[in-house]
Amino acid sequence: MIERRHLLQFAGVGLGLSFVPSVGFAAGTSPRRLVFVIQRGAADGLNTVIPMADPGLAAARAVLAVDGGQKLDGMFTLHPAMEQTGKLFEAKEALFVHAVASPYRDRSHFDAQNVLESGGISPYVLKSGWMNRLVGMLPKADAKALALSPTIPMAMRGSVEVASYAPSALPDASADLIARVGQLYTGDAQLHTLWEQAVATRNMAGTSGDGMNARNAAVMGELAAKLMAGPTGARIVMAETTGWDTHSGQKARLANQLKGLDAMIAALKTGLGADWSNTLVIVATEFGRTVSANGTGGTDHGTGSVAMLLGGAVKGGRVIADWPGLSQSALYEGRDLKPTLGLDNLISSAVAGHFGLDPALAASTLFPDLRAGRPMDGLIRT
Amino acid sequence: MSQSSIAANRFGYGLRRGEAGVGDAKGWLAGQYRLFQPRPAAFANISSRAEIATTLADFLEGARAMRQERKGSAEKADKSDEMEARRLARGAERDYYTSLVGARFDAAVASDTPFVERLVHFWANHFAVSADKLAVVGMSGMLEVEAVRPNVLGRFSDMLLAVEQHPAMLFYLDQAQSIGPNSPVGSRIAARGGKRGGLNENLAREILELHTLGVRSVYTQADVTEFARALTGWTVSGIIRGPVARLVGGERRPGDFAFANPIHEPGVRTLIGKRYAENGEEQARAMLNDLARHPATARHIATKLARHFAGDDPPAALISRLEKRFLDSGGDLKSVYDSLVEAPEVWAKPQAKFKTPWDWLVSAHRALNLPALPPRQTAQLLTQLGQAVWRPGSPAGYDDLAASWAGPDALFRRVEVAERLATRAGTTTDARTLAAQLFPGALSEATATSLARAESPVQATALLLVSPEFMRR
Repeated sequence: MIERRHLLQFAGVGLGLSFVPSVGFAAGTSPRRLVFVIQRGAADGLNTVIPMADPGLAAARAVLAVDGGQKLDGMFTLHPAMEQTGKLFEAKEALFVHAVASPYRDRSHFDAQNVLESGGISPYVLKSGWMNRLVGMLPKADAKALALSPTIPMAMRGSVEVASYAPSALPDASADLIARVGQLYTGDAQLHTLWEQAVATRNMAGTSGDGMNARNAAVMGELAAKLMAGPTGARIVMAETTGWDTHSGQKARLANQLKGLDAMIAALKTGLGADWSNTLVIVATEFGRTVSANGTGGTDHGTGSVAMLLGGAVKGGRVIADWPGLSQSALYEGRDLKPTLGLDNLISSAVAGHFGLDPALAASTLFPDLRAGRPMDGLIRT
Repeated sequence: MSQSSIAANRFGYGLRRGEAGVGDAKGWLAGQYRLFQPRPAAFANISSRAEIATTLADFLEGARAMRQERKGSAEKADKSDEMEARRLARGAERDYYTSLVGARFDAAVASDTPFVERLVHFWANHFAVSADKLAVVGMSGMLEVEAVRPNVLGRFSDMLLAVEQHPAMLFYLDQAQSIGPNSPVGSRIAARGGKRGGLNENLAREILELHTLGVRSVYTQADVTEFARALTGWTVSGIIRGPVARLVGGERRPGDFAFANPIHEPGVRTLIGKRYAENGEEQARAMLNDLARHPATARHIATKLARHFAGDDPPAALISRLEKRFLDSGGDLKSVYDSLVEAPEVWAKPQAKFKTPWDWLVSAHRALNLPALPPRQTAQLLTQLGQAVWRPGSPAGYDDLAASWAGPDALFRRVEVAERLATRAGTTTDARTLAAQLFPGALSEATATSLARAESPVQATALLLVSPEFMRR
């Protein structure tokens, strides 16, 4: 597989947004825009969109309990750090889908991210990503895709040309090397398992990986908006967030992460201006975290989590969930939130609705092994 | 994977930057027998064994004098002088050790005969000593230089004898002070009711278990004891403390092998069903000679060689062929290596072996053509990477299995070291062309892509050094 890409380059490198490059795409025919925000590290859906009314919650994770937050419905409350997202919910521009998971059922970050990004049902089977294949389904004039990262993430790899851009000053050299080594090992079962353990250990020891910080996240959102603005802007963008692997000290760390995510989304909305009404933002993670808190004030790798559809194009203001409950007998393998909705089906249905694609064709192209029944209707305003 | 890539990386220590690829893979390997230098330039300036031993002997002599002085003194014992002398001696021995590590590393990095260098390191690990005890620290590397290197292309029996008579081994496994209970010295000690002195089985056991027959093979505890009795008298001149010291001075230089008849256990011995007449030093020699040719030894050596070249779990058919060649040739090592090179199994599975830290660091220096580091830094790097040279901590040596080396933290350390090495290599190194040169016809698309995408030449070099291709051989 030969990938063509053009890396955006510009002089006077720095973080100042005055230097944001022109992507140089031709004018598109459709105003619709998609942003996929991946939460790498397994974000804890249960403390993001919190099932407050579930009697199992307090028993399993009393140490993680948060006060306040916006009540979404009779069951769920949004984490208080997500203030701006809460406003989107009120404006019916935010939709949460709970107890959702990709088809992957083990608990390796790398494998699970590969499944989520490739759109396969097991890791490393598909060699291209679902976003790349999505770009291939769009009219040529709208096939303008950009990864906000130094290299093309798996979801965007494939035969269609994709640009990538990252402000060069962001990660320090070693952190960047660590990330690249992770990518280099994705196809090597032995090395990738070892590397995952090594990095997890270092992260727990607090020696690398600083996760999100609200200011950087806002800059990222602003940057994405600039690169997507106007008729020549990118139509399909992927942004990566890290730092969700909260094995310890989760209460403060998750609040910080969510605050960053909230700031990124708010900056994106502000930056896109009128284009926000034609925008769909999908936020998803590779898997969830254990229902019970562990002994270090955190949670371990789990299964079901929450996904978010945000933007002016979304029929929001609700939480979709076939709620399995948190009682012991309801848990997946006795420990995790049982997934009752397919993340692949959700993504496929949402992007098909958003770009006006045939749902069946979208499903078979983006998630060729998708078996999760009927597409989900009514996610997007038409 | 191409044959030339396997020859360079599995049999050798990888190509050096700019080095032409291996053309005729098997011819290249066999040609190294002729070119191999037992004492290449890197070893030109190392200290002699006599010097290393004299440093040790001087300390022991001084310490003895200090103890005598303390005995005669009425004052409360003050050992600080002796402690200081010990500290200085240890520092001196460590310096010998470090410079030998540096020489070994430089020789491997510069070598045009990397296959034979690899075999030297294989045998040094097979006959492992560990530089932990003071008497072994400085001498440990000399075992490889003096006993392994000259014999690596000769007969197994010659290497075995040279190793077992080397002072590093005699000290490491406590043979130097083993005294036959019925020897003249042993009898005198017993008559005085003395507690010091007696038989030590350590070396005898490890020769049977690790160096020749192999664990749980054909020998019993009785064989160990008989062999230990025969080995009494095998010692080192000029260094020994206690009752043996007076017997082994004489005309020899400090640190030479010496046979001391007054501590040799007299009598006929039986080892694995065979009787050996009393014949002084020759008795244990005859035993070693037979052990070197024993089928169990052939099997043991064949298994270890096959594991080193064909993979952690080598095919039984390969082991059998090597074993047969070993026996048929009377332990002629070149014949056995030929058999190995001819074996289709060692060319079949690409990347079958996970590199040890030593393999990895040597091949990285060759690949980048890095100038030699100060020996101290080389030794430290190898310790940080988890494989201190000549210090496996056990006579079994370092494991030759991926599970021993492929750990998360070990991997992380390699990535950290890779970044440092890449920085030293600088921005003039183009990892993309280098990778194509180092792994002719064997570079994966994933690695090529990763190198091409790297944000800088230095980062690309670091990624090359930790790529799956570079982590294995």
